[in-house]
Amino acid sequence: MSRKPILTLAVPLLTAALLAACGGTTQGDDEDDGGPGTDATANPDAEIQTGLSFAMLPKSVNNPYFEASSTGAEAVATELEGTYEYTGPSDASASSQVSYIDTLSQQATDVILLSANDPNALCSSLDQARDAETVVVTFDSDVDPGCRDLFVSQVDSDEVGLALLEMTAEQIGGAGEVAILSATANATNQNAWIEVIEAELDSNPDYADIELVDVVYGDDEDEKSFSETQGLLQANPDLSAIISPTTVGIAAAARYLSGSEYQGEVALTGLGTPNQMREYIEDGTVTEFALWDPTALGELAAWTGAAAASGIVTGAEGETFTAGELGEYTVGADGVVTLGPPTRFNADNIDEFDF
Amino acid sequence: MPTRLRESALMRPLATWDAAVIAATAAFLIIAAASVEHFGTARNFGYIVLDLAPILLLALAMTLIVTTGEIDLSVASTVGLTSAAMGVMWNAGIPLETIMPAAVLLGAALGAVNGLFTAGFGLPSLAVTIGTLALYRGLSYVLLGDTAVADWPRDFTSWTLGTIGESPIPNVLIPLAALAAVFGLVLHATPVGRSVYAAGASPVAAAYAGVPVRRLKFWLYVVSGSMAGLTGVFWTLRYSSARADNAFGLELTVVAVVLLGGVSIFGGKGALPGVLAAVVLLTALQNALRLAHVSTEALTVVTGSLLIVAVLAPNLAASARRTLRARRRRTA
Repeated sequence: MSRKPILTLAVPLLTAALLAACGGTTQGDDEDDGGPGTDATANPDAEIQTGLSFAMLPKSVNNPYFEASSTGAEAVATELEGTYEYTGPSDASASSQVSYIDTLSQQATDVILLSANDPNALCSSLDQARDAETVVVTFDSDVDPGCRDLFVSQVDSDEVGLALLEMTAEQIGGAGEVAILSATANATNQNAWIEVIEAELDSNPDYADIELVDVVYGDDEDEKSFSETQGLLQANPDLSAIISPTTVGIAAAARYLSGSEYQGEVALTGLGTPNQMREYIEDGTVTEFALWDPTALGELAAWTGAAAASGIVTGAEGETFTAGELGEYTVGADGVVTLGPPTRFNADNIDEFDF
Repeated sequence: MPTRLRESALMRPLATWDAAVIAATAAFLIIAAASVEHFGTARNFGYIVLDLAPILLLALAMTLIVTTGEIDLSVASTVGLTSAAMGVMWNAGIPLETIMPAAVLLGAALGAVNGLFTAGFGLPSLAVTIGTLALYRGLSYVLLGDTAVADWPRDFTSWTLGTIGESPIPNVLIPLAALAAVFGLVLHATPVGRSVYAAGASPVAAAYAGVPVRRLKFWLYVVSGSMAGLTGVFWTLRYSSARADNAFGLELTVVAVVLLGGVSIFGGKGALPGVLAAVVLLTALQNALRLAHVSTEALTVVTGSLLIVAVLAPNLAASARRTLRARRRRTA
């Protein structure tokens, strides 16, 4: 009695699968441009518009790093007499960002400043927003270049990877086992830095005695990062250093190390904020770590968005614009604007920074 | 005879709750359209439909399962696993026209595993489906790892996001409405539906009355898995991204709307219209709060509180009755 409706559903499905098995849409049928291109021309002499509406959409809210960026962007919005909103999902998933992009494009926001959780999943929403004349500037973590106007990169991927490896090598005397505690397994920029580190370990003779033994993911969650650190140390008794290229990860790892027998034995470096890491620099758990200034990153993203909304730049290589007190910037290949090299923080300079 | 009397007495508060959720949803939609800028637009209607689609697809089968007194917590992981499997098949050069039905069949097979352990071996569905929740999610990471498959054909992804011709009606609304109608008819107008209620109200009595309770439950898990497979197809095409973490945590939203819709977690009562209204209410509420610039923290708190209140209200009474009845059954 209960079997019949199920069979009536399953039979057509099977039939459809079998029928479709010959011919159909396969991978590679549909190589296309990947979104609308920029057909506007830039007017480098235009004035930056005032009264624009800005919205920052971070990977997730309640993350001190993005809050620092937000402070920078908000200051620019205020300076330009515009409106400003900081909004986003509480979980770092791509699908939840889509709803926020849809909402912002409905509200006819002039400039969206986005740190993306997935390079592709946001594209159709971003396309719709851009069709409605919204300027999309990604910062911190990019989407497919076809889906946004410009990307404001914190630093060159290579420079971050190299700086991380250089600090690590200095702290462990150029030899030993190292492991990486990253953010989510899909995180675009963490993966790019890890690639640089792996490539450099393979090719640079200075690092011949350093071996990367493990990469683990704390998903940018404090507790998960904490327990992944614990797991790393248990699984690799000869570990000399942990590199954590994420602010959540390095803080959790530092907290674990500072309360464990490994304090001072296992070096920890990576990307962290001075406020989170101050106590671990003071108690000797951490010698040196690095980061760019996220507030300046937010400022530059907002200036870039304002310049694009004003028609000063379109995302073509070689265009220039002035980002307030930050100075003049040039658009690089693929519409990328780069903030500058990372700053290193240690016992000598950490008290000069507050973010 | 006395059982029947008690059943109809139990149905009365349910009807009121059902009607209350539908009325609350209608009232909310009207108020939001009048007071929240951009809420009442055709474009926003499309966004709401796209947002509610996965919840609705999963809630349809979940309603039947919860009504029989069981639960399926593995649905979101099944979505993730079918999505990941789609990515693997796509990379292997299999045509999408084959992949889509294959994904639904894979979902059915994953549901059959749940059915085998619960209905077949008589294990508690809560434990089994928590197990498969973890297992299926783990397997999806085995399939795709940390990579995403994103090069889905534009014809398919834009159909998923598109509307019918120039009208504001989203394409996906038609299959959604058809499926909702099918599930509604099966639950409320067929012998299968009556068996579902009977199995949930009292499995022992239902078995004596000739309802094949275990076979029914097994097939409901297969249906639930198939719907999760279909949701996997939708999710993959909507976000143009097959990833192992797709739909992570969605099972809680699905269970919440089913309970909010008036289905008793203890089985035996519930109706599809209430669940449909609850799906619309939850999605529209989140959409309106976002449009009204309400912060994410407040949004989570508001929706969480709404669910707790709504789930508590109809179920406290039911649970009291249930306990009484169970005690009576034990002494009998």
